[in-house]
Amino acid sequence: MALVPFWFIIITVLWTGFFVLEGFDFGVGMLHAVVGKGEAGRRAAINTIGPLWDGNEVWLVVAGAAMFAAFPGWYATLFSGFYLALVLLLAALIVRGVSFEYRGKRASPRWRRTWSSLLTAGSLLAPLLIGVALGDLRHGLPINASHEYTGSFWTLLQPYGVFTGITFVCVCVLHGATFLALKTTGEERDRAGRVARRVAPVTMLAVVAFVAWTHASGGQGTLLNPVEFATVLVAIAAVWLVHSTSDGWAFAATTATMAGCVLSIFTDLYPRVMVSSTSPAFDLTVHNTASGSYALTVMTVVAAIFLPFVLGYQAWSYYVFRRRVSRRQFREEPGAGASPAATRSRSG
Amino acid sequence: MNVDLARWQFAFTSINHFFFVPVTIGLAFLTALLQTAWHRSASSGGGREEYLRLTRFFGTLLVINVAIGVVTGLVQEFEFGMNWSAYSRLVGNIFGAPLAMEGLAAFFLESTFLGLWVFGWDKLSRRVHLLTIWAVCLGSVLSAAFIMAANSWMQHPVGYVMNAHHQPQLTDIWALLTNPVFVWGYAKVLFASLVTGAAVMLAVSAWQLRHGGDRKVFTRSARMALVVLVPAILFAMLVGDELGVIEARYQPMKIAAAEAQWTTCQPCSFSLFQIGGGNRDQTPTQILAVPHLLSLLATNHWNGKVVGLNPLQAQYSKQFGSGYYVPNVFIQYWSMRVMAYTGGLVLLLGLWGLWLIRRKRLATSRRFLWVAIWASVLPFAMNTAGWLLTESGRQPWIIQGIMLTKNAVSPSVSTTSVAISLGAFVLLYVVLGVVDLLLMLKYAREQLPPGPETADFETYVSKSAVQY
Repeated sequence: MALVPFWFIIITVLWTGFFVLEGFDFGVGMLHAVVGKGEAGRRAAINTIGPLWDGNEVWLVVAGAAMFAAFPGWYATLFSGFYLALVLLLAALIVRGVSFEYRGKRASPRWRRTWSSLLTAGSLLAPLLIGVALGDLRHGLPINASHEYTGSFWTLLQPYGVFTGITFVCVCVLHGATFLALKTTGEERDRAGRVARRVAPVTMLAVVAFVAWTHASGGQGTLLNPVEFATVLVAIAAVWLVHSTSDGWAFAATTATMAGCVLSIFTDLYPRVMVSSTSPAFDLTVHNTASGSYALTVMTVVAAIFLPFVLGYQAWSYYVFRRRVSRRQFREEPGAGASPAATRSRSG
Repeated sequence: MNVDLARWQFAFTSINHFFFVPVTIGLAFLTALLQTAWHRSASSGGGREEYLRLTRFFGTLLVINVAIGVVTGLVQEFEFGMNWSAYSRLVGNIFGAPLAMEGLAAFFLESTFLGLWVFGWDKLSRRVHLLTIWAVCLGSVLSAAFIMAANSWMQHPVGYVMNAHHQPQLTDIWALLTNPVFVWGYAKVLFASLVTGAAVMLAVSAWQLRHGGDRKVFTRSARMALVVLVPAILFAMLVGDELGVIEARYQPMKIAAAEAQWTTCQPCSFSLFQIGGGNRDQTPTQILAVPHLLSLLATNHWNGKVVGLNPLQAQYSKQFGSGYYVPNVFIQYWSMRVMAYTGGLVLLLGLWGLWLIRRKRLATSRRFLWVAIWASVLPFAMNTAGWLLTESGRQPWIIQGIMLTKNAVSPSVSTTSVAISLGAFVLLYVVLGVVDLLLMLKYAREQLPPGPETADFETYVSKSAVQY
């Protein structure tokens, strides 16, 4: 049935969309205190993603729900197998999500510092954990004949998975830096550019090693497949483009690198969705985990109707908030001599 | 895995989640109404600035709530796979479909447009900006629809066939979306959300009126809250009554247990409270039994028959094999009463408020204002009791008649893991709950944002643009 591979593609697209969009949110979260000096600078950095991050995170929610609906067997094994890692991930995402909202709600510097640290930590931990998980899908985990995970939390931390996680964090940092350079002005823009130029070579090396490792463990000959090849190319191009004067091109290159990393995993994975290190016979594949054809048909109709709308209004919201954010829009000292109007300006 | 721990976790996280959901749905609607009132007056040249100030004031409270509603919702989505993987594997093709639709059709809408609304005051035209808050409202309402469709399928499974491996397969999505349990349950959730949002708005306005807040402005919001509150609670009760009849048809255990009715009765009375009771005590002392009331609630007929728990247990044992099919009678009995009594109190409060509006004494009746502040906890108790009644009443089934809860847990997850995650979520939710409450109280007690001194809207919003 053609809908089964089609839904694998949809889920790949959702994960790719999530990392491309939320990837720079993670990067901004990790870098907001580095790139933004002083309270005004930090707020400028956070406000570049202020109106956007929530909509971006929905890509993760929808990716998870789509797996639940289209490949229930995959969703069930994955979510129960990664149990404690997911508890950590949820904690990271929760803390990070509310820190955006709550950080500005009180003027005390200690309050702001606390939420800033939590924002940084959550933004680091989330892509790391998801990266490890995606690497694990590809590398293989102990899974038995009834598709149940038989390892422990520590089994999840095998070298390839951990390296995938680190690579994803690097790419998110770089992606966040090019986004900040694109969306801020003055000092913040300069600092973001400097961070991008410093991080880009390391990230490129990580991506090249990640692609090589992915390819080598796949045992599909010496030639890279087109997706892997393109990923290496854009990662190298990013190193060059962060030195160019165009913030837009640099951001485009990191966008492509982020997408390439996710796509490399999923293209190498297909038609499997979770590799069993116990026996290839126990691999979870698109076919042995998929929903019935009626359910997939219904979902296809729904996706065909709503995804274009979603893409349309999200693109529009990016257009509405296309202007750069300047530190001059914020007052330096939190709470100092705040008029009622200024106090309000932090309410969201 | 220990099924009780997994159930405790689901109960804890979902009850917490549902503290924030109805506030979001209710306040999104009320904020949209406020902004519409301002928009219309501004368009006609009148410029009723108090509506703009109220929009921003209550919008702040809305956004504080949405943040927690969103992240706690994420936990719910993950939890099905983490703790209930056997369930997810069996019915993902049915239950997962509405969840995926929720994401695609509703959650994207709500989140994206909330960003546009919060940050778009000085970037969008007044009309487009008004549309964004209505889009948020629509998103939150649609979101609840899909979640309720999924939940209702667990109460009354429809639109599927069993395949050769005894796995239910979706065959009719419309059956899910026209499931009577869904239609009435969803209506009830919407009205209960309006009640909750309106009660919060009323309480905040009452606090402001008691503590020297702008009298003219907060009288207006208190009146608006009351005008929404009274019809909403009346409809919630009427819809709830019909829902009871439907549930009595598909889940007779649920209703029989709600009255601790062990033997079949016709006509059936409804006791106001009882001493003793529970699954081991079939002869509690019932106080003040109202004749015919249970018959009316369960069947809509004066002399309707309600089958007792004991005959139902015998029937289920024959139908599904030996086992204990009676839900927790203590929870059923008391959650039914807490729901009904808190609902009744909210209605009385609303009527009292309407009477004061008629007497033009709403802003000055300090007693009413005091009661209205504290009464804001009632809808939360009502909602929680309602969900306990619905979910505990489905036990021992996770899907009525198809799968038992004890068979639904993840086989690969250890009891230790569930205990760790339960501990982590409790800790996290308690901290977040305290922070949220403190922030809500802080912002609910702040002064109103000043109105635009001039009629120049552009200058006003750009000066006080909402940002993190």
